[in-house]
Order: sequence, then structure tokens, then C-alpha cells
Amino acid sequence: MSQIERHTYDVVVIGAGGAGLRAAIEARAQGKSVAILSKSLFGKAHTVMAEGGIAAAMGNVNNNDNWQVHFRDTMRGGKFLNNYRMAELHAKEAPQRVWELETYGALFDRTKDGKISQRNFGGHEYPRLAHVGDRTGLELIRTLQQKIVSLQQDDYITTGDYESHIKVFAEFAVTDLLLDESAGQPRVAGCFGYYRETGDFAVFQAPAVILATGGIGKSFKVTSNSWEYTGDGHSLAIRAGSTLINMEFVQFHPTGMVWPPSVKGILVTESVRGDGGVLRNSEGRRFMFDYIPDVFKKQYATTEAEADRWYTDPDNNKRPPELLPRDEVARAINTEVKAGRGTPHGGVFLDVSTRLTAEQIQTKLPSMYHQFKELAGVDITKEPMEVGPTCHYVMGGVEVEADTQAATGVLGLYAAGEVGGGLHGSNRLGGNSLSDLLVFGRRAGEAASTYVDAAGAAAQITDDAIARAQAHALAPFDGDGSENPYTIHSDLQQTMNDLVGIIRNGTELRDALDRLESFKSRVRNVTVTGGRVFNPGWHLALDLQSLLLVSECLARSALAREESRGGHTRDDFPAMDPQWRQVNLICRMTDKQVNVSKQAVPTVPNELLSLFDVTELDKYFTGAELAGVTGGAH
Amino acid sequence: MSVNAPGRAKIDAKTLRTDAWWLQPAITAAVLLSFIVYATWRAFEDKFYFVNELNPGGKVDLISPFYSPCLASHCVSGSSMLGQPIGSWWTLSPALLILVFPLGFRFTCYYYRKAYFRSFWLSPPACAVAEPHTKYTGETRFPLLVNNLHRYFFYIGLVFNALLTIDAFIAFRGVQGGFHMSVGTVVLLLNATFLWLYSLSCHSCRHAMGGRLNHFSKHPVRYRMWTWISRLNTHHPKFAWISLIGVALADYYVRCISAGTFTDILFF
Amino acid sequence: MGYTSKFRVWRGDDTDGGLVDFEVEVNEGEVVLDIVHRLQATEAPDLAVRWNCKAGKCGSCSAEVNGRPRLMCMTRMSTFSQDEVVTVTPLRAFPVIKDLVTDVSFNYQKAREIPSFAPPVGVEPGDYRMQQVDVQRSQEFRKCIECFLCQNTCHVIRDHEENKEAFAGPRYFIRLAELDMHPLDVKDRRRGAQEEHGLGMCNITKCCTDVCPEHIHITDNAIIPMKERVADVKYDPLKRILLKITSRDD
Repeated sequence: MSQIERHTYDVVVIGAGGAGLRAAIEARAQGKSVAILSKSLFGKAHTVMAEGGIAAAMGNVNNNDNWQVHFRDTMRGGKFLNNYRMAELHAKEAPQRVWELETYGALFDRTKDGKISQRNFGGHEYPRLAHVGDRTGLELIRTLQQKIVSLQQDDYITTGDYESHIKVFAEFAVTDLLLDESAGQPRVAGCFGYYRETGDFAVFQAPAVILATGGIGKSFKVTSNSWEYTGDGHSLAIRAGSTLINMEFVQFHPTGMVWPPSVKGILVTESVRGDGGVLRNSEGRRFMFDYIPDVFKKQYATTEAEADRWYTDPDNNKRPPELLPRDEVARAINTEVKAGRGTPHGGVFLDVSTRLTAEQIQTKLPSMYHQFKELAGVDITKEPMEVGPTCHYVMGGVEVEADTQAATGVLGLYAAGEVGGGLHGSNRLGGNSLSDLLVFGRRAGEAASTYVDAAGAAAQITDDAIARAQAHALAPFDGDGSENPYTIHSDLQQTMNDLVGIIRNGTELRDALDRLESFKSRVRNVTVTGGRVFNPGWHLALDLQSLLLVSECLARSALAREESRGGHTRDDFPAMDPQWRQVNLICRMTDKQVNVSKQAVPTVPNELLSLFDVTELDKYFTGAELAGVTGGAH
Repeated sequence: MSVNAPGRAKIDAKTLRTDAWWLQPAITAAVLLSFIVYATWRAFEDKFYFVNELNPGGKVDLISPFYSPCLASHCVSGSSMLGQPIGSWWTLSPALLILVFPLGFRFTCYYYRKAYFRSFWLSPPACAVAEPHTKYTGETRFPLLVNNLHRYFFYIGLVFNALLTIDAFIAFRGVQGGFHMSVGTVVLLLNATFLWLYSLSCHSCRHAMGGRLNHFSKHPVRYRMWTWISRLNTHHPKFAWISLIGVALADYYVRCISAGTFTDILFF
Repeated sequence: MGYTSKFRVWRGDDTDGGLVDFEVEVNEGEVVLDIVHRLQATEAPDLAVRWNCKAGKCGSCSAEVNGRPRLMCMTRMSTFSQDEVVTVTPLRAFPVIKDLVTDVSFNYQKAREIPSFAPPVGVEPGDYRMQQVDVQRSQEFRKCIECFLCQNTCHVIRDHEENKEAFAGPRYFIRLAELDMHPLDVKDRRRGAQEEHGLGMCNITKCCTDVCPEHIHITDNAIIPMKERVADVKYDPLKRILLKITSRDD
């Protein structure tokens, strides 16, 4: 065991996207030594792919905006299943988190008076998204990356070592959390993983671990997510004894590319619609007007004329239905295609060329312009795009305490960003993920530091625990040679896409669970060839275990929730049911089996409920819940 | 060390490019070499650089851009717009007195630097094609350090542009007076125009106009000029070539008229 | 619509290696990275390749395709003829780790050597005011996805390993330019660019600009303007006198 590299830190952050880096910055600010374990190179995390913007009620473009409006929009978008406290903190703190980025060197697009410009987005009542063209995620990740470097430069001046307080371990994948179970409730002692480049193992001893590993998109075939999105954090948490919440809710972004096949799923930013793009079916009909659900009838235009006026006069007209929350638009597109009104390649048309000039498109949507030009040979300044739904985001995640992001069940474990659950309820609004990363990344970093102050040094990690973790990581080299990880992955993705996708039903979900059972045994027989030095087959074999675990949580939760809400649509239970609004589904492992159980949604306090019109709340809540609520103050 | 430094992927080929990467530097080298040979010959020739009423084929006064301003005492009568301040001790070609300035402008030009570093010095000959040199220090020492003084050559170049523009306007006067236009006048005018476009599109010009500012919003006029120059700047390589070939052709045209090879064509 | 393509992929590590031939199926619309993935899934499961987003946004899958530095995810197979041999090698300016994966840590070291954004003193978060025209130059450089193709293709280090210490490379010249042009950054980066980061070694042969997948005008908009700014303080005696009399800017 002596050859295994060992490190000791106050806080270990797993994941180097927006949430992880923001958490690390905060922990460093609290005087903690921090290790950032990044599965990719530094600065390549999936955050880089976010396009539209960061939602924050700064009121720079429309001064009617404030945190209450943002809170309302978030709850509405999540169909009131959100953790209200997270939604409240998020709406209140997002502006400060965005402004802070400017002090790190971020350069957002500007308003005429020199403030941060804000753009319209689906589900947001006012222009709210701070952005840089359509590459906001890149700006965010680079800004945080450069802030880390700047802190390292400060440390270099005082200690002579860039890495004395923050060290980034690039291309390091974590396979196990190490626990101290000597005193009742398990406590984090550290984690174990391998360097992708060399295949060498390392052990990190730390009293606090922050999971910031992002999502699970790679369990689906058509996805906008990068290879890293294999549910590592979800899996680490649940295996360590924590719980996952809301796993049935998966966001299918309405607009992914559909052609050519090799790019199917790549994201087409919502900004296309925010900036004037309209959706049409093969008959040329602007079909979104046919899909405005009752709960949103008051907020959206019902005629094309009004919708068109909104782009220039948003104060006196209602917004176009293309800007409904993503779940609504994705379902509508799905229905149109199934009804035979799709495009030749199975999508619908998204056209921005009719409202914006070529020059405007190239300024506001430069990446989209290049993406279509270079990957599909389509000039979006002249012709419509073909788009269809793509798996984009998981609302579900590690069940956390709202103020601290502390994971349920394991002391010293925190989760922030997409791997955390609760904020977005059953459906996330565009722009709310980047603000989520910042608000709760910072909170996790702060809470972990406070925890470390109280908890002191981590428990010693035994050689035995390390040996077990090592055996687990090396198991794929000893398989019986019958299964190839790439084949299983592709089969798993197909299954999830076909049976646990955008529209679900009981029969298919049960079928999916049967198939997942068979994948489990196949994964046990997975065999990799070659050595440990940068061996993608081995990496995938390990990722497959996480993918399979989260897929099962997802399918079990989806089967249990017998209603349709947000990112969970059952054609055998097509209605939204106020009784189910009171229920969160919790996924945990007992005796190595995945279990799903019901848990009450925290009661929204009256002062927050009263921010809404009672007639709106009626559509979501039961009469009993609303007794005594006096809404409509706004 | 080279592209095969220790630790790097072992690939023997200096490049794996399959396209005709050598073509561009070859063309550049050929054109530049031709120009150098021609210009050297003409600079030392010390005759046929001026056209006036003494030339049988001359319709208007024409002076070759290689010889203007003609500053030596033995300059052809009438060719010295700025007088002959150099005196009689200078017995070599008067072109040699002045050519160093436009050549210096071009030698230090950010575009020509790319052109000659690639085509003559092969450093590199083309992108991702290994260069032959074992050591490389770039523009950190003399003489290449002088390239940092490009702006001074730019300022001097502006003076030459002004003089050559005046030459063109003088040409419209005609050898017998009056206002005339011939192929010769058009040639000189075009030459001056392309030289202006080349100079104004220069990176140093772009910097001086506004590039050095950090707050465009406080200098709207300079920002507009910078924007305009920036647009020209994207065509800088094009203007560099057109003006280079143009100046040689202008000189050759003047030489032909002056030497009596053919007659200038008078439009009116 | 599919056809069989001849692929040659460099396989090996820092001690030895060479080009290996494959025959592999290619379908409509595919990019080089798709083909590499197909090789992994079929013939070479341990073929090492670095990639993330497969949409040209993260800058991970840098390699050399037929000798040209490219992102594999943005190189469409339709740019090659069907009977053409497509050769894929790792980046040649950096140490190789395995197959198509190289050690790009050089770039992260250089990133640390560039002084970070120096915020204006006394301006609170939320009070930053900048005009669009003042930020747009720096915004162009912030489009950089850090694929390091410019670093890889720059002959200053590609052909001269020994220059790596003194030369930051195009990616960090645009970082310097970004900060020097930032309307609120308070640090002067001009002398440092020349004296510490090796700007003078660049002979503006523009290969960085040629290979940039984000189409950033690295040479014209960053390196040359920085060289001019350096000239202001280091090589231009007249300007220095002028700068003594007036303030630097505005």
C-alpha cells in the first residue's frame, strides 16, 4: 500500500465546474486548504457548454425585477415542487454572485448605461440573464478558473508555492468516498481515485468533501451533455449512505440538433427563442400556440400578433409561447413530431432568420451560427434550423440541507450545483443553473469550512479501506472477457432513451427496470484490455457503474410517481395531481439495493406563498394547504 | 531541438501535411525576389526616371516613384521637386538616397515580416511544418529588434506618399502646361492611391489612431477612425502586394516612356 | 451513404510509437472524433483520446489531422475524399502521454505566470460600469476555449523546446492583451509582455490565427497591438517623452 500517493486537505472538492470552483474559492477564503479533483483538464468542465446566461434579478434592463419575481418564476417553473428555501436563497443571492464575477475579471455584455445586460429567457418574467453572447458558460468557467489562479499567485507571494492552499488535480477521477463509521452516523474521511493520465491511485484524507460533479446525461443516447456526465457524484453519495431526491425529473431541452446523426443532441441555446426565434412544424404552423397549458394562460400571448409585438413592447404585451418553460416546449415538439408534422429528420423548424438580420444573428448568437455552419452546413441567417428534444439536465440530485448544502445522512458531505437536488423542483428554468452553481457553490464552500472548524482533522484512513477501494477500481481488468464497456454503454443509453425518456408509462418503465437488472450482471462481466495508462475502456467501465446506479434510481422514481409534472411525463397518468405535489421521492441504497420512498415536501411558509395570486396557487395546491393563505399582494 | 524533442510523439516526418503547403511561400519568395532584382537594377540604373518635354513620347511630366524626390545634384533637370540639398559629392544613383525609407517601411511591416520569415527564412515555411534552424530568438535582438520601430518608417512613409501624390498632380499639368490626362497620370495617381491604402491600413497607424486607447467610449472620433482603419487593416496584405507590384509597374511605365520604348497615351 | 475509410492513427507513448493503419466505417455527417470513437468501440478499446463536449466548445480534442492542428470534433469527414488516407496524430509540440493524448501542463504553468486581473480599488461589486465598445476587444479574446492549438502550432516552441521557458505563447499573449485592454484593469502589462513573457520572440507568422477554431484574430488584434503598446514604452523615445507629458490614456 505504501506506493499509493496520499494527500491531506481540509476540504476536497470533487468536480471543477462552476459549483466546484466557486466552492473552492469560498473555502480558500475561509482559510482552508483545498484540493480540487477534476475529471477533465482544468477549465473543460461541462459548465463551459452553458450558453444563454446567468439568471439574477439585478433589474438592469427592467427595473420591475426583484428577487420576489425571480422566486415566483422559479417555483412556477418547477411546478411548486421546489425546495422553497433554496429557491428563496437562490433568488436573493444570485445578483451578488454575478457582480462578484466582475471583480474576478468577467466581461459581460453591457447595457447602454454600462451595466450588465440581461436577456429574456423561457419562464422568466423579465429580461434577467446576464450573458456574453451565447457563450456565458465559457465566461463563467474561465472567470472562476482565473480567480483560482489569481489566489494561487497570492499564495505564491506569501508561501513561495502556488499550490500551498489550492491545488487542482487535473484528470483525476474519484471512485470511492472513504468514511469513518466508528461513531454512529457515517462521517467523511476522504476519497479514493485514479489519475486518468497514469492510472495511478491516490488517497485524499479530508474531513469535508464537496460533490460538484454535475449530472447524468450520459445515461441517455440523445443528450447535450459531455462524456463527464456519468452521475459520479450521485453515485458516490448514494453508495456512501446519503439519499437522492427528485430523480424522476429529467429535463429534456426542447432544442437540440437533430441532423446529422453524429451531432444529434448538441444544444441549440434557448437564446435563439429569447431573441426572436419561432418554432414551426412541417406545415408552417407556429404550433406553440396550441400547447399553452391552463396554468400559464395568463402569462403568455395567445395570438401571433400579440406575440410579435412583445419583442418590441414587452410591457404591454404577453410573451410568445415559444418561451414557455422547457418541459412544455419539449413535450409540444415531441407531440408534433409523433403526429407526423415533423421535419424530414424528425424535428421541428426553429427560425430566427426572419426576425433578425444576419449581422444581429452573428453578434447575438455567434456560436450557434458557427455550430450549424460547420457541423450541419446550415446557414441560420438564411434558413431555419431543425431541432428536437435532447436530454439536458437532471433536476434530481443529492438531498441537501437548503442553507448549507450538507448531504443527508453523511456528515462532512456536501453537494452543490447539478448534483444537488431540490432547487429546481420538477423543472429547471434556463439560466437558473449557472446562478445555482454560484449561489450554492459558495454556500457549500462556506458550510464545509465551518464544519471543518468544528470537526477537526479527518479520521485516519485504514489500509484495509484503501485496499477495498483499489480492488473495486481494478475489478474491470479481471473480468471474464465477455463484455465490452462501449457496447453496454450504448445499450444502456438506448434503453433509457426509449423507455425512460421524455414520455413514459408504467409498462415501459417496468421493462426498463428489467433490462437494467440484466445490465447489472453484464457490467460485472465487463472486461478491459490494455494497461492503466490513459485507458478509456477502463474509465468507461468504472463510469458505467455510476450510470447504472443513477439510471435505476431514475427509473424506479419515475415508476413510483403516478402523475405528470415538469420533467416527468406519464402518458398513463397525464395530469398533474396536487396530492403528488406534496411528495418528494427519495432514493437510497439499503443492502446494496436501490429503494425509493415517499417523503413530504417542506411546507412553504405563508409569507412566501402570499407572493402569489391565490387563483394561481389553486392550480397546484390542495384546498387544505391553501386554507388561510392570502395571496395576490403583487 | 526540433519538433522531435524528447518526450514528444515519435514521428519522423517534418510535417504530415498532405496539401501543397510549399506553394504559398514559393510564390511569395518568387514575387519578392523578382521585385528585389528589378528594384536593385533600377535603383542603380540612374537614368530613364523622368519624363518631360525632352522625351519624344512624353505628354505630361512623369517621375518614377523610385527616384522621387530626386535630391542629388546630378538629378535630371526638373526632377527635383524639393531642390538638390545633397550636393555634388553624391555621385551614385539618387534613388539610393531615398529608397531605404520605403524599403524600411516594408521591411518592418507586420505583414511583410510574416511573408519573408515564412518564405525566405523558413521560420516556419508553413504552419505545422518544421523549420530548419536549430536556434531561434525571434525579434529580440539587433537587427530584427529594429522591427519595433515600424511606426517611424510609417511616419516617413506618409511623407513619401504625400510627395508621390504631388508628383501625380504635377503630372496632370502637361509638358506644355494646361490640364491633361494620360495613361501616365493615371498610373502615378493609382500608384499613390495604393500606397496610401497600404500605409493607412498599417497596424502602427491603427494603433496610433485609437488602438492604444482603453476607453473608446471617451473618444468617439478616434474610435470611429480606429474602426475605419481596422476595416482597412484586414486588407493590409492585399494592399501590400498591390502597392508593391504597383510601384514597380509605375516605375517601369515611366522608364518605358523616358527611354522612348513607347509613347504615353494622352486622353485629353 | 457510408463508406470505408483508411485511417492512420499514431499509437504509442513517450518512449516509442508509430502510425497504425485501420479501415473503418464512416457515415454521413460524421467528424474525425466519431471515427476515433468507432475505433475505440470496435478495434482499439484502449485507444487514448481526450474529449469532452464534442461540440467545439471545450477545446479538449485537439490533435493533428493530416498534419494540421485541428479539433477532431469540428473536422468533418466530408472535407476528405473517400479514398484519402486520414492521418491522426497527437499534438507535436507537447510531450505525449499515450496515443492521441498529450501533456499540456506547459500551458497551465504559463497561465500562472500572467499577472491576474487587477480590479480597480474602491469600486464595489455591482458598481462596475463599462461600455460595450470598451469591453468588446477583450471579449474577443475571452472566446478562447484553451484548445492550445495555437500553442502547439507556434514554431517558437514547436520547433524549439528550449524556448518554452522564455515564451508564453499566443494563448497567453491574448490573455495579456485582454487584460491590458480591459477598461477597468489597473495594472500595466506592457513591459512585462516583452521582458517576461517573450512577446518579442513572436515573428508574427500568423499560424496561431490560422489554426484558431474560435476564429480569434490572435495576431492582428492581440499580438500586434501588444507589440505596438510595448513599443510605446520601450522603443519609441518620442512617445516616451509624450507619455511623460500627458497621461497614458484618456
